[in-house]
Amino acid sequence: MSNTTGAAVRFEKVQKSYDGEVMVVKDLNLDIAPGEFLTMLGPSGSGKSTCLMMLAGFEPATNGEIYLNDKAINSVPPNKRGIGMVFQNYALFPHMSVAENLAFPLKVRGISSKDIDEKVKHTLDLVELGAFGNRRPAQLSGGQQQRVAVARALVFEPELILMDEPLGALDKQLREQMQYEIKHIHERLGVTVVYVTHDQTEALTMSDRVAVFEDGIIQQLSPPDELYESPQNSFVAQFIGENNKLSGKVTTLDGNVCDVLLDDGTHVKSEAVNVSAVGDRTTISLRPERVEVDPQSPMDNNLKGKISEILYLGDHLRIVMEVAGNKEFIAKIRNRGETRPFAKDQVVTVSWAASDCKALDPVS
Amino acid sequence: MPDPTTPILTADGTPLKAKLAQTTRQLKWKAFLLTLPLVLFVVITFVLPIGQMLYRSVHNPAGSNVVPQFAEFIQEWDGQGLPDDKYVESFVKDLAVARKNREIGKTVGNLATRVNYEMPGSRSLITSTARKAAKITEGPYLDALIKINKKWENPAIWLTLQRVSKDYTLAFYLAATDMKYDETGKIVQADDLYQIYIPILLKTLWLSAVITVLCFILAYPVSYLLSTLPLRTSNLLMILVLLPFWTSLLVRTTAWIAMLQTEGIINDALVFLGAIDDDGRIQMIYNQTGTIISMVHILLPFMILPLFSVMKTIPPSYMRAAKSMGASTFYSFRRVYFPQTIPGIAAGTLLVFILAIGYYITPALVGGNDGLLISNLIADHIKKTLNWSLGAALGTILLVVVMVFYWIYNKLVGVDNLKFG
Ligand SMILES: Nc1ncnc2c1ncn2[C@@H]1O[C@H](COP(=O)(O)OP(=O)(O)OP(=O)(O)O)[C@@H](O)[C@H]1O
Ligand SMILES: [Mg+2]
Repeated sequence: MSNTTGAAVRFEKVQKSYDGEVMVVKDLNLDIAPGEFLTMLGPSGSGKSTCLMMLAGFEPATNGEIYLNDKAINSVPPNKRGIGMVFQNYALFPHMSVAENLAFPLKVRGISSKDIDEKVKHTLDLVELGAFGNRRPAQLSGGQQQRVAVARALVFEPELILMDEPLGALDKQLREQMQYEIKHIHERLGVTVVYVTHDQTEALTMSDRVAVFEDGIIQQLSPPDELYESPQNSFVAQFIGENNKLSGKVTTLDGNVCDVLLDDGTHVKSEAVNVSAVGDRTTISLRPERVEVDPQSPMDNNLKGKISEILYLGDHLRIVMEVAGNKEFIAKIRNRGETRPFAKDQVVTVSWAASDCKALDPVS
Repeated sequence: MPDPTTPILTADGTPLKAKLAQTTRQLKWKAFLLTLPLVLFVVITFVLPIGQMLYRSVHNPAGSNVVPQFAEFIQEWDGQGLPDDKYVESFVKDLAVARKNREIGKTVGNLATRVNYEMPGSRSLITSTARKAAKITEGPYLDALIKINKKWENPAIWLTLQRVSKDYTLAFYLAATDMKYDETGKIVQADDLYQIYIPILLKTLWLSAVITVLCFILAYPVSYLLSTLPLRTSNLLMILVLLPFWTSLLVRTTAWIAMLQTEGIINDALVFLGAIDDDGRIQMIYNQTGTIISMVHILLPFMILPLFSVMKTIPPSYMRAAKSMGASTFYSFRRVYFPQTIPGIAAGTLLVFILAIGYYITPALVGGNDGLLISNLIADHIKKTLNWSLGAALGTILLVVVMVFYWIYNKLVGVDNLKFG
């Protein structure tokens, strides 16, 4: 298959409502670069599929414009958009063999049957299903069906491929393998991929950029590492990865450093991300693996914690304790092979660097 | 690879196949016992009566019941010319005895009717002769008979009597297929005037096909709509589809009479709108049109239900997938959607066609003369003319036709491909 260059996609002030009462997508502005792997991540009902359906042309945008390679496509019917699509249930045609499924988009395009055979074979080889062309979809395993679905979306060499939770039905192991394969194919072909999932690990491992959706709004659009390291608000901090919450009030604010008075009276130095003025209420977000328990030397923040539970997880220990009124404060301690130095009800010092905790918008 | 010739053994040494058969046998017995009450019910109330009915189509012992000695004796006759007097003597004697008989099925009337089926117009010949039979005491008997009625001179009546004296006969099947025995006992086509049953059978098949096609054309879009609407709306509409099942068939049929008759609602409306003249009212009922309209209406749910249940299982993502790959709506429909509805189409058409072939109340009420179907004739023979044997023969032919269609269908579509719901 020739290397296609991916298409550029732009959503401009797109809004969508199904019933005229609820806005399912609110003012979506999104620029997707050619060849990018962009993931839409978000809880159920946040409008991810709706965005994809608008892009594919199955749902009209209520307002705003969508551009494909700088051409407005709002009035282009789905079959003229040339966008490959992988559906959650795969949507493989049950009455056709695998090869016929793959040949379908080529036949539609009036390609000669010799070329069709060639392309079908080539694409099946690409997803390592060369020997399965004659089978019906029902005779394949879930993972194989999934690969056929990907192959069918690829075979007509679209510049843009949309995938709506394509791995939702697979078990964990197969999922991980398929994540790798899809990523691999993407890199090899250079197509633009818009991928929808509500599995954060999937989003983090596969994407160039992730758009976190909530309630029809993109909460943050960043590369995966940035999403994890510097969440812009409490929703993203909580949605991506594990997260300790400490609530308080900003007492001093100096550039991007601030001091927060927690509700139990302790002070915490923190990076100011989403606070605007002294006196604002804030929720501090802190990753469990950035917490040190009983460190050799004091750090920016040193608080007391009372251990309520210790979980042994092989590569790390998970210590649940009460810190500054938060009874579910978690610390992840790497297992270095020492004997377990902690016990239930023990009082320990918990420390972390000011740059590792982010003062974000308050959550109740 | 295990050697296929040595059987696999279970832990206690019995061959696996035998063990498996043993366990499945128990399951089969259980399944059989569960169905036993229904099986008995069906056998007693359905299979046995039908079997008896079918038997009746070939078994008609009028001869041996009414004139037993003659019936046995006449079989020796070679059928040339007129029978010898010894045969006639036994006939006359039997007839005299039968005349006094009051037992159902054994009276002279039965024989007369039976002979009349095969030689129209000879009913009174038998009955009037029987009245005088006791007075004939000595031969030559044939001459005596001829003196009573000239028709006894005709060898054909004697050939007919010989045929009728056999317990088993194909005569009713011949009648049901518009054939008959001629004067010399050969099988020939019946006169044009009596060509009734084959044309009606063909018309029944044709009308059933028309009704099936109409049902399909009407049901397919509706089923599609029902299957794509949100559940609440589709349930409501489904109730409308099923509503006809809650009213009696007779009520629905008579409703059509009220609608379609020349003084009916539709004609009135057309006259009122000026579309037709008052004396140009359209005859829409008591003919084929009436039969077709009301049967399409009555059988429509049987088409919608299987179509709906199949379409319901086709997720919209198939059509979307097809379109995303560049196919037009029509192409996607033809190549992706339609093929997946074939099991429903097959089930629906089979159901409607077979129901239509055997339908009888509706055509009887609204069919007039030319909208009658074969089952109406069967009903007539069972209830009015009381020629049960002919009715049974027609019923058997209908059954065979249905089975042949089912067989062809199975070859074409495969019955395991059907989806009724
Ligand atoms: N065809 C429709 N008609 C009316 N409302 C709809 C329709 N499709 C989706 N919605 C509503 O729009 C909202 C967003 O739906 P959408 O399918 O985009 O969510 P999603 O982010 O894909 O969720 P999930 O992760 O569960 O797939 C939901 O509240 C949903 O109920
Ligand atoms: Mg979705």
